[in-house]
Amino acid sequence: MPLLNILGYPTIYETFAILPELLLVLFGCAALVLDVLLPRERKELTAYFCLAGIGTALLALWQVFETNRIRLPFTVFYGMIAVDGFSLTLRLVALVAAALAIAMAVKYLDVEEEQHGEYYALILFATSGMMFLSSGVDFITLYVGLELMALSVYVLVGYLKWNVQFHEKRGEKSSEAALKYFLMGAFSSAILLFGFSIIFGLTGTTNVEQVAGLLPGLFKANMLTTTGDARLMAIMGIALVAAGLFFKIAAVPFHMWAPDAYEGAPTSVTAFMSVGPKAASYAMLARIFLVAFAPLRVTGDPQIPGWAVMFGVVAALTMTVGNVAAVTQQNAKRLMAYSSISHAGFILLGFVAGNEMGYAGAVFYLMAYTVMNLGAFGVLLSLRSEERVGDKLDDLNGLYQKQPALALMMLVCLLSLAGIPGTGGFMGKFYLFGGLIQAGNKWMNILAVVAALNVVISLYYYARFIKAMFTGKEKEEAPVTLSPPLHATIVLTVILVLVMGLYPQPFSQLSRFAVERLGPPTPPQAAQK
Amino acid sequence: MNSLLCSALFFLFNAAQAAQQALPEDGGGPLAGLKQAGTVNFVVLAGLLFVVGMAGVLTRRNIIVIFMSIELMLNATNLNFIAFARYWQLQGSLTAANGQMFTLFVIVVAAAEAAIGLALILAHYRNRKTVEVDEIDLLKW
Repeated sequence: MPLLNILGYPTIYETFAILPELLLVLFGCAALVLDVLLPRERKELTAYFCLAGIGTALLALWQVFETNRIRLPFTVFYGMIAVDGFSLTLRLVALVAAALAIAMAVKYLDVEEEQHGEYYALILFATSGMMFLSSGVDFITLYVGLELMALSVYVLVGYLKWNVQFHEKRGEKSSEAALKYFLMGAFSSAILLFGFSIIFGLTGTTNVEQVAGLLPGLFKANMLTTTGDARLMAIMGIALVAAGLFFKIAAVPFHMWAPDAYEGAPTSVTAFMSVGPKAASYAMLARIFLVAFAPLRVTGDPQIPGWAVMFGVVAALTMTVGNVAAVTQQNAKRLMAYSSISHAGFILLGFVAGNEMGYAGAVFYLMAYTVMNLGAFGVLLSLRSEERVGDKLDDLNGLYQKQPALALMMLVCLLSLAGIPGTGGFMGKFYLFGGLIQAGNKWMNILAVVAALNVVISLYYYARFIKAMFTGKEKEEAPVTLSPPLHATIVLTVILVLVMGLYPQPFSQLSRFAVERLGPPTPPQAAQK
Repeated sequence: MNSLLCSALFFLFNAAQAAQQALPEDGGGPLAGLKQAGTVNFVVLAGLLFVVGMAGVLTRRNIIVIFMSIELMLNATNLNFIAFARYWQLQGSLTAANGQMFTLFVIVVAAAEAAIGLALILAHYRNRKTVEVDEIDLLKW
């Protein structure tokens, strides 16, 4: 990718490229100050202030796109940050996820009596980290963005404190979830970093495109030098980076933290962390594996399989284990955690397919997953009231009698999660499976069949929600009340899910725009420039 | 587990001996040996530190010790970056300084991580009065 300017040092025009992130950080800091100034009963104003901040960042993002449309793609800050279709699209997804998560949280935090400005400020900081993850094209930028996002989310998970008048073990569960998430996250970051250091040692650079240009040279014949086989080192580095990233997206051998963290966290944080940080981790995975390690997707050497094989095995395991474990869950948040693990497996299919349809499908699925999962969590959030914890599957019983419209909107989100035609989830799965079959490889066809069987299993546990809502006997009379922001959010997500399913062209065009630079392996001479 | 740690220490000793042998015969200042040590010595040491840290994370029961082991893994990474940066500098690479920059970023982020991690451990200790991972078992299955 060419640099934006030819002066050789960053200018104010380059700063303009990260204006959305800068605005988010500014609004986050201002929200912290505003929180101190506001009286105790008006703290929810911080939420609307932060929503305004996200709106400003969206406008700035549009400006960045509009003014640079003819120059795309290019890099700024010495090739550390890319402005291309992929970064613009994933930044948009991060901003939308954050906006919906903030709008959903206002009423919930009032019920928990934990309405503080720090909550919204932390979401803004995490979002700016997510945006740097989407646009970073250097291991250093990616690492710092990852930690900015992760550190904010650790704190958000442990947000609830012990309070005697609330449901049992609220604070204990929250702090335990935060501790587990933190230890696993820090451990995986260390593994990821060690992988980075090995890749740096082999190539002498931390830029993803330069790494892509230099790595294939190690796999040429006769690389057995006096100090050893460099290929072993490269495989170890790639495996360590993959392990660290699989932790972040909760793919199967490394998924143990996800159900615990999702169950213990406040429900509004669970909604946020199941979409935003997950999408950003996928952006990082795509940048590293579809750009830096792209030449090693399939190696010519029959003795050394490329990383596509590893991704295929992990995807199959992730889908199956996530779905089978979800079947028996009674806690709705825990069930959604296992369901999000299985969705992680579906998105990995796009990486395995290795063609444009697969990559575009992964981005499309990320967009659809963001809105449909937030919609489902919005309904779970509406169940929380003074009398009801609202995280058990039984709490949904009789929702159709109490709030018919809400139950129908939940139905749309669940059918979309299961992948029923007419919804965004179906179109995403269509592109992902289509990419696999288009690749025309026997093993990929088998993988597509495994994925299709998994859809059947997932339909079973989503049907448990539907059964509870429409036929379940309600145990208590507590009404389900919706606050205006929460109601607006759920309606918006449902509309987006239906539009993605019935008129997917704009969204599939957007996802094709996102992946046009990722594509199949770049020729070495082009990458070295 | 102890045998693994013992063998790790044995290899560490060998690596140190190899570094010692790189010393020039006539001495030459206190840092001469370090200057002579090859990249391989540093990378072996970093690898051992990383393995020791990982073994600590996987086997210890006290959260504070697990946390210390994670810091050990991060420091192994730093050592790796510095050693490779020196190697590429000697090769005349223009991007060799990236390794040193990466180390600075890792140090800063590790400090932030330590602050947040210890705060979370304190918060959990206030709730449950324990730092043993075996007793952190409210959330399971």
